[in-house]
Amino acid sequence: MSGASSWSFREEDAKRIQTILSGFLGESNARTALIVDRTGQMVATVGEAPAFDPTAFASLTAADFSANDQLARMLGESEFGALFHQGERESMYLADIARRVILVVLFDNRTTLGMVKLRVKTAVTQLTQVFTDMFNRDGTNAPGVESEFLGEAEDEIDKLFGA
Amino acid sequence: MSMINYASREINCKLVYYGPGLGGKTTNLEHVYNKVAPGSRGKMISLATETERTLFFDFLPVDLGTIRGFKVKFHLYTVPGQVYYNASRKLILKGVDGVVFVADSQIERMDANIEAMQNLYENMTQHGYDLTKIPFAIQYNKRDLPNAAPISELQAALNPGWPVTDPMKQRPLPDPHHDAEFLIAQEDGHWVERAPYFEAVALTGDGVFDTLKGISKNVVKTLG
Repeated sequence: MSGASSWSFREEDAKRIQTILSGFLGESNARTALIVDRTGQMVATVGEAPAFDPTAFASLTAADFSANDQLARMLGESEFGALFHQGERESMYLADIARRVILVVLFDNRTTLGMVKLRVKTAVTQLTQVFTDMFNRDGTNAPGVESEFLGEAEDEIDKLFGA
Repeated sequence: MSMINYASREINCKLVYYGPGLGGKTTNLEHVYNKVAPGSRGKMISLATETERTLFFDFLPVDLGTIRGFKVKFHLYTVPGQVYYNASRKLILKGVDGVVFVADSQIERMDANIEAMQNLYENMTQHGYDLTKIPFAIQYNKRDLPNAAPISELQAALNPGWPVTDPMKQRPLPDPHHDAEFLIAQEDGHWVERAPYFEAVALTGDGVFDTLKGISKNVVKTLG
């Protein structure tokens, strides 16, 4: 049992998310939308490919959001549903989805915070539905990995970390 | 179980190095970073204070390659060891797939080890995770120091074991890493299971990869 991280992400999930986020990017003129899970893993990227290391970005995003979650509780709020980080040229807007993943929107001066906030509402509602469906269905018929996977993974571990 | 992303064909496993302050958690990750082929690891991120004490976490992604069509990655995290950083320490455990407890073998650090171990159990419980059911290993670090406590004392204090209630598991399980020792054994009429342990000198790298191999193989087993 490892709890919160027990879920799988399928091709059809990726397509639904792609459709929602492509629509949102078109309407808001934001550059990139990313979905990061709260444990720090990148789930999906839509729009302009970011120039940064996505793995590192995901771990920092999850930590940022979690830390702010705790700050919210200290103020007597159950959560900060959204966060905004403003830069000179690049800014980011983060929104909670179903308490399990985070939507990150990267945008520059081709749009405004107001426009992003306005357009993101629909996307958040739609994504919440997609992820709620995903979490509810899980554990029952996930395809799992092939039986040979374990042996081959162990061999790779020996190779990488020294036999 | 780790998140399996069937769309990008990726499996990411989260390993967390836990333990008392100045015990060698960051040193473990630094050694891995320095020794693993650069193509197999990502950037190491350290959120540390000016005096290089971990403030929030260190992070190092290691790429195992593609296995049966899946890209398998281990995400190695450390937590801040100092007692007063508990809020951030707890956050890092979210979604953990395997835990390495890095104990400081020095006899003077025994209380700090015990306190950190209790804190680990508490934080895991608060997340709803059971440390006796997920991959867990203990590393006794700083074995080269003259004031290192004997392994038997460290085991008694930090790894006394938990009862095995499942009848299917009530059979001796030899410890693959130590001759004539058992991970599951009958003691005073009761079946007891212990976490696997490893001896290490993280500064020189001794035992660092043995620990990582041990925990990562156990994590991979949970994917099947």
